[in-house]
Amino acid sequence: MSAGQNAALVARIIHHSVVDGPGNRAAVFLQGCNYHCSYCHNPETISVCCGCGTCVSMCPAGAISISDGRVIWDDEACTGCDTCIHVCPHLSSPRVRRLTAEQVMEEIRGDIPFIRGITVSGGECTLQRDFLVDLFTLAKEHKLTALLDSNGSYDYMADAELMNLCDGVMLDVKAFDTAVHKELTGRGSEPVIENARKLMAAGKLTEIRTVIVPGVLPSEETIAGIADVLKEFPGYETLRYKLIAYRNLGVREPYNTLFRSPSPEEMQDLKAFAEQKGFRNIVVI
Amino acid sequence: MLGITDMKQEIREILDNTALTHEQAMMNLSAVPLNYVEFFETTKEFRELEAAGCLCTMNEGNVTYAPRYILPDYEKLLREGCSFLRLGPARTLEDAIMNLEIMYRFVPSVTHYPVYLGSVDKMLEPFIEDEEDAYRQIRRFLIFLDRTIPDSYCHMNLGPEATKAGRMIVEIQTELQNAIPSITLLYDPAITPDDFAAACAECALRCAKPSFANDREYKKIYPVPYGIASCYNALPVAGGAFTLSRIVLARLAPKAKDSEHFINELLPHAVQELCGYIEQKITFLVEETHFFKSNFLVTEGFLKLDNFVGMVGMVGLNECVNILMEKDGVPGTYGHSESADLLGRKIMDRLKAEVESFTSKFCAVNGNHFVLHAQVGIADDYDISPGTRIAIGSEIPLHEHLTHCGKFHPYFNSGVGDIFPFDETADRNPDAIVDLIKGGFAQGMRYFSTYSSDADVIRITGYLVKKSDIVKLDNGIAVNQANAMWGLGEVKNSHILDRKVRSFAG
Ligand code: SF4
Ligand code: SF4
Repeated sequence: MSAGQNAALVARIIHHSVVDGPGNRAAVFLQGCNYHCSYCHNPETISVCCGCGTCVSMCPAGAISISDGRVIWDDEACTGCDTCIHVCPHLSSPRVRRLTAEQVMEEIRGDIPFIRGITVSGGECTLQRDFLVDLFTLAKEHKLTALLDSNGSYDYMADAELMNLCDGVMLDVKAFDTAVHKELTGRGSEPVIENARKLMAAGKLTEIRTVIVPGVLPSEETIAGIADVLKEFPGYETLRYKLIAYRNLGVREPYNTLFRSPSPEEMQDLKAFAEQKGFRNIVVI
Repeated sequence: MLGITDMKQEIREILDNTALTHEQAMMNLSAVPLNYVEFFETTKEFRELEAAGCLCTMNEGNVTYAPRYILPDYEKLLREGCSFLRLGPARTLEDAIMNLEIMYRFVPSVTHYPVYLGSVDKMLEPFIEDEEDAYRQIRRFLIFLDRTIPDSYCHMNLGPEATKAGRMIVEIQTELQNAIPSITLLYDPAITPDDFAAACAECALRCAKPSFANDREYKKIYPVPYGIASCYNALPVAGGAFTLSRIVLARLAPKAKDSEHFINELLPHAVQELCGYIEQKITFLVEETHFFKSNFLVTEGFLKLDNFVGMVGMVGLNECVNILMEKDGVPGTYGHSESADLLGRKIMDRLKAEVESFTSKFCAVNGNHFVLHAQVGIADDYDISPGTRIAIGSEIPLHEHLTHCGKFHPYFNSGVGDIFPFDETADRNPDAIVDLIKGGFAQGMRYFSTYSSDADVIRITGYLVKKSDIVKLDNGIAVNQANAMWGLGEVKNSHILDRKVRSFAG
């Protein structure tokens, strides 16, 4: 198959993003995740639509229909009211398109002079790995850098074809403690930690990110744990560590009422803690 | 012709206005009598177009006794001194700063304040020895400028090279948060280091400056060095612009039967009338008034007559195109449809050709032709967009918008620009702003300004004001900066604070 033929489920394309890696970038969000985090800020990207049809009649714009058991979404008619994603009982969305890498590149053609690269996020983007290879091959033809925003469940360095095209991974380290990680995501933390080590050794770790949920996740323990693992490598001090304040916006019930956002002071305290652990490039958002 | 009763009333209004400082009152008073006398005859056609608001003399009146924009050769001042001002060549940083401070006081312009301060970073750089001391001196220099030149049309240039002085100026501006001076980085990605460009972008997000000028394009235009003066006007150094008058396309379009009638008849006729008027005014200024005969800036060679140009301004392409599309019965609006943009380019092609077909006795630096300028508007323009800008409220997605600028900016050799405010998501990633500018400049864009939507100092159309000063003025309290007054008018008339704020979050 030639580059660009593998289709992926694309939830959203953002033409300019400042929060998905260095400089101005296009960000492509893929549908479907192998984690089910309670604090997920866009839970409608977790599952692939099963065609149950619940959302069809609820759409005030009549933008959703169903045929052959598949939902069809009418981009033109949609008003973006988000009713569908709130009523979907399966953590999915009808506003997902099946696109090849060539089609995605076509949509961002006008952005190319203004961006330095593409970041693929999700969902969990590595679940659609063949598409990533296609997309990154095309990105390189346009001299764009290619980054993955990923949850750490994939054995990146074992996939030489992908990693030869990929400039770096922005890795979620949700919790260092494996039991905590398992409770949150359904899987232990070991593969994530191992990936952090291997990516760092290969010079492919672009950023570590941890979402801060006070009283629920042991943030200091996570920061200290990952610092211990990475400090043997050169470049550890300048590695970007992004501390992301949990926010209720977009989070599904009942979690959106169970968790609280950290205060700016709590975030600054954690930043100071990370500095104490040797990180020098800390971004708080 | 206006009479003595009108003059009395005009004077009275100035005397009663508690929002004016003494100096502002004096300057306003000095302009009053000039509206009551004429020294040369204009044509009947010109007067009709002017009365209809289609041509506009920018409140200059006909009695112009100094060039509108003056860009003295300050490097000569530092190198050789000035005999009129009894200043010797600069030997230390202190000398350099003092010489500049003194000469700025004697540079007129339409505002009576200097609209160009020179490439200050390059001029000061050779004198920097002890960096801590230099930082202190430059900081005081910048405060001095802000307080003594209460007018943000005054413009400092930086770059394209990164210098110690340039870096200090950017750092100090971020701290001081002053509206004055305006600053432009003459930016060439091949010369300007990325980290300095990013420092400038970060500073711009904090206090709306510097703006970025496309150095690679601008330096091709004149055979002599250029500088950015006033709003964003690219003009020859050791020269400048005699005058600026403008055509208001948005007010000319309603008179057309259709777009063909506009492009082939109304527009060429109006442009020729405008050019004829500008030539008359320059002739009066050069041949009859004192400036080019006796002012020391000219006699000592800080300015050369041949380096001055006449500027033909235009505003309201957005509205003009939309009016003509409707008359043609074709759907589509400016910035949003290919056919509307195509019509925009046809209008601009014709406008440019008409301006270039007029030969002036002056403007040797530009082959004896006037130069086209995208004018930003004046306070009493209602619902007329600056230059070729897409109307506020009708902006298109960011990258498309920059590409659009890339198509329309190359028409303007004496200045054009667009403004893109960002929300706080950009503060953490100024590199992203630099990426946007690089992309825009590669597409032909000539000038990029930005500010952060939560900053106090913001860009109105071509100049800067503090939002807090506008609030004071609205309550009748005087502020030092003269053009904050116009800022108040603009905010009320042109929806400036409604300008689309760009977010990088999606
Ligand atoms: S967001 Fe969903 S519910 Fe709302 S109009 Fe679009 S498809 Fe319909
Ligand atoms: S989007 Fe959700 S509600 Fe709609 S058909 Fe798919 S699974 Fe059912």
